[in-house]
Amino acid sequence: MAGAKEIRTKIASIKNTQKITSAMEMVAAAKMRKAQDRKNATRPYADKMRNVIGHLYHAHPEYTHTFMKERDVSRVGYIVISSDRGLCGGLNSNLFRKLVREIRKQQEASIQVDFCTIGSKSLGFFKRFGGKVLAQATHLGDAPHIEQLIGTVKVMLDAYENGEIDRIYVAYNGFVNTMTQDPTIEQLVPIAGQSDQELKHHWDYIYEPDSKEVLDGLLTRYIESLVYQAVVENGACEQSARMVAMKAATDNAGNLIDELQLVYNKARQAAITQEISEIVAGAAAV
Amino acid sequence: MAMTIHVDIVSAEGAIHSGQAEMVYAPGVMGELGIAPRHTPLVTHLKPGDVRVDNGKEMMHFYVSGGILEVQPHVVTVLADTAVRAADLDEAAAIEAKRRAEEALAGQKEQFEYAKAQAELAEAVAQLRAIEKLRKIKKS
Repeated sequence: MAGAKEIRTKIASIKNTQKITSAMEMVAAAKMRKAQDRKNATRPYADKMRNVIGHLYHAHPEYTHTFMKERDVSRVGYIVISSDRGLCGGLNSNLFRKLVREIRKQQEASIQVDFCTIGSKSLGFFKRFGGKVLAQATHLGDAPHIEQLIGTVKVMLDAYENGEIDRIYVAYNGFVNTMTQDPTIEQLVPIAGQSDQELKHHWDYIYEPDSKEVLDGLLTRYIESLVYQAVVENGACEQSARMVAMKAATDNAGNLIDELQLVYNKARQAAITQEISEIVAGAAAV
Repeated sequence: MAMTIHVDIVSAEGAIHSGQAEMVYAPGVMGELGIAPRHTPLVTHLKPGDVRVDNGKEMMHFYVSGGILEVQPHVVTVLADTAVRAADLDEAAAIEAKRRAEEALAGQKEQFEYAKAQAELAEAVAQLRAIEKLRKIKKS
């Protein structure tokens, strides 16, 4: 009966792990719903802002803001958004893989790359990967606030305005549904696709204090809100990915327990059979 | 019924208010604004303060810590900031973000070692698992 005890302890330990993973799964499921609501709540702000910017743009076609001007690219910046914690399957590594491919492509075209990281996992990644990290923000929590991002985004925008970088991209996981996350890399600045919408009503505003200042404030906020949206969306992805990963872990633990239980039963049976045959043999000998 | 204007108050973190109003008061940078229906189109920055919405029955108060106000003849949109904004405050936040990055990359060597060790551990575990699997296949 040598193996039986060890197998029993192993089963007990796997059961403990299973309890933890199933608890994490449930926590992630609850958080996911909240994160999705948060994601939907950010939409009206960005939509309204895009409207206003569209109007302003139409009213002042002659004034193009720096954030709207395309220029020759010799250095680009990436804002990389990841989760703060692990145990969420391949979420972060999928994003990094896509990003690395993109970076290689840029480097082949002899374009330099700078980074700005949001979330501990991306910071850890760039520590190993190398590369110039201009700014970072970590530990945003489950309900990130926009003021946690203002500084980080400003560093990138300043670098853009000073001509240190010529383009800013944002890399994050897009939420498709609970099972699928789509690693996305989007161009943030210069703002692309501006004049696509036909405006039915066209008018000019009264500006207070003046149009330039208003547009400045609007564009900065708009970009911040886009980054914030990406962070929130990434948060929803993190929770759903964790939920799926933990579900898989729980199922695997169940399978493992079943297998071990079988082995344990066999060992126990064998021990009993052996004992009986020993007794019978002993009785026969007497 | 008196003439009304539609009011939307939204912040980056969610919609705050949406509804009809007879009059809207907002703290513009150039001074307090009162907006009645059919106001001429206007865009302005807001100071931190109180946005009041009068819907004929009651006066609703919303605190904004700044933002942008957009007026169209029948729609008022308040794009509210949730954070207090000022040029020097933003600057401070930017410097802080930069400092964090430098610190994380250069200063804390221990943490770096930890991350490296963790990566190595993960690799070793993966190797062990592969060996175990191979053994299983050989056995069966």
